Amino acid sequence: MSTAAITVYVPRDSAALAVGANEVADTLQAECARRGIALNLVRNGSRGLFWLETLVEVATPAGRIAYGPVLAEDVAALLDAGLLNGAPHALCHGPTEQIPYLAKQERLTFARMGVTDPLSLTDYQALEGFAGLRAAIALAPEAIVQQVLDSGLRGRGGAAFPTGIKWKTVAAAQAGPRRAAPSGPAPLGGVGAEGASGGEFQKYVVCNADEGDSGTYSDRMTMEGDPFMLIEGMTIAALAVGATRGYVYIRSEYPDAVATMNEAIVRANAAGLLGADILGSGRSFHLEVRKAAGAYVCGEETAMLESLEGKRGIVRAKPPLPAIEGLFGQPTVINNVISFASVPLILARGAAFYRDYGVGRSRGTLPIQLAGNIKHGGLVEKAFGVSLRELLYDFGGGSASGRPIKAVQVGGPLGAYVPESQWDLPLDYEAYAAVGAVVGHGGIVVHDDTADMAKLARYAMEFCAIESCGKCTPCRIGSTRGVEVIDRIVAPPQPSKRGPQHNRPQQVQLLRDLCDTMLNGSLCAMGGMTPYPVLSALNHYPQDFGLATPDREAA
Amino acid sequence: MPAPATFAPDTQATTRAVLARRADQPGALLPILHEVQDALGHVPREVVPLIAEALNLSRAEVHGVVTYYHHFRSEVPGRHIVQVCRAEACQAMGAEALFEHAEQRLGCHAHGGHRSTSADGTFTLNPVFCLGLCASSPAVVIDDRLHARVTPERFDQLVGKLEAAA
Repeated sequence: MSTAAITVYVPRDSAALAVGANEVADTLQAECARRGIALNLVRNGSRGLFWLETLVEVATPAGRIAYGPVLAEDVAALLDAGLLNGAPHALCHGPTEQIPYLAKQERLTFARMGVTDPLSLTDYQALEGFAGLRAAIALAPEAIVQQVLDSGLRGRGGAAFPTGIKWKTVAAAQAGPRRAAPSGPAPLGGVGAEGASGGEFQKYVVCNADEGDSGTYSDRMTMEGDPFMLIEGMTIAALAVGATRGYVYIRSEYPDAVATMNEAIVRANAAGLLGADILGSGRSFHLEVRKAAGAYVCGEETAMLESLEGKRGIVRAKPPLPAIEGLFGQPTVINNVISFASVPLILARGAAFYRDYGVGRSRGTLPIQLAGNIKHGGLVEKAFGVSLRELLYDFGGGSASGRPIKAVQVGGPLGAYVPESQWDLPLDYEAYAAVGAVVGHGGIVVHDDTADMAKLARYAMEFCAIESCGKCTPCRIGSTRGVEVIDRIVAPPQPSKRGPQHNRPQQVQLLRDLCDTMLNGSLCAMGGMTPYPVLSALNHYPQDFGLATPDREAA
Repeated sequence: MPAPATFAPDTQATTRAVLARRADQPGALLPILHEVQDALGHVPREVVPLIAEALNLSRAEVHGVVTYYHHFRSEVPGRHIVQVCRAEACQAMGAEALFEHAEQRLGCHAHGGHRSTSADGTFTLNPVFCLGLCASSPAVVIDDRLHARVTPERFDQLVGKLEAAA
């Protein structure tokens, strides 16, 4: 055995921990110690090939060689087989970068994901980290905004609003004396807030990391696997709009992301990349993590602001826009994790580089998340324009169960179920909107042919009833009525004097009317988009609702 | 109403210490409630007036926040907290059956999506909507440890280990 330490990577991403990555790492260290082998163990982020987790990589002269899925009990045999030399084994996949799933991607935002130690500033800066911030510091604020505008970047949280326009609005907004939010009690600790921020005039940059959509995990991966990228993106936003304070609002369901972000902020502050004097520029940006508390609706930006202010997460009426009157009534940039994370590269390589990816008005790349009943679930970053069929079969390898895929929900619990007839559409905001679907945050949940679409439609209404903030009637009441109506639609015929019968057509009409009210009358997307999964299930899978003939009359 | 006797001195002292650290932060209520629950396992009703006073809020406002968020609980939880994801990506891989199995196995019956604690106080079963492990579903958290691709058999093994350790 050679005396030089051999570098082995074992991911620390929570999806790897959930299948025993810590046990693999512990066993590897113990076995190497027992054999007298010097080991340099790196806990990297995840490459996003989750069916291969725990994915162990070994640095060899021929590059990094991948083994997976590795369990703790496989470690000794793998070492015997020559894992440390990258030797062949049943679990060996050859050079990691050449695994087709990875090789076929266009990883821009996720270029470092799984490659680096997430908390190593050295690793981060060796791979273009802080190049965007350094470029931004040399620019006037308007020029930063212009770069983001020119890149065509649109909000990756789901609403797809042009990021540059939002920043421009906040940059132009006048910060006023801190005052109460439009509704509810006065902000908590106002006096202390002024003490902490050093003045009454304050703009904010807030990252919405309340990634509550089922089927999405790209925000979680970013915070756990490349946290400095988010810090860098938020800092660039702060420079662009003149904000000096920021918050990352992270779900309580993501304790690992909270811990990693907190540690990354400490390290960035200590290195002068964040805090009072960013890179010696004299500009300041103070960033803090705030933990959410399990309310899905707090992913809606105004409910999130209420929550950050210490209140119940109740949606605010708009206007005023948060860009004008946001957190504590001050101009506030609010973006999703991936929106901020896309910015450093745009500044580092220029707007044109990013804009050259994509189709139509959907520019750049999207980190797509394959989830649910899929054989090869994972993170696929591709330029916009890829088709669902390519994602499901070329990347995903079909269903995990081996049964035919029946329905695919794109864009989270408020996204439509997309039937096979639409799987060749390009993934593009406008193309999806044209068929009543949404790209959203890029989450793709696959269901096989055992799925009962009426049950999933009922679940969409039930979820809305559980998670509604309760402010507007269509959402608060409509969701509960929706559950009841769907129950009546699928109930067996009721006996009557004229023999068994049911009033299914009337109930279906009632459901459509209800969805229409929710769509048009709700204050935010919670009630306003719950009809998307419900109506798409009804329209594309009428047989699951006991309707013999396709029901094409509405939506 | 809980008896005043349950108001242990350390409950009060813990809360006061948290308030001393946090009360001056902007939007301090959620961070305070998190710290109190992390320290005490729940947010006892008795500490609500303390928090309200420190933040110059009404007790109703603090109570409203505690009860609005699913994460905060006013009751003492079981010795082990088991969270089972019920969201779509987990449903696609059998989460509904797993949740029903968990209810049976733990003796917790979570009617209408609420958390429930077994009669002997061993387990609290908590439905949760997405843990971000959607490519490795169904997912479960047992006392802060994540588990992916959990079958009913695997679930029984994990719960069995807890019981054996008790």
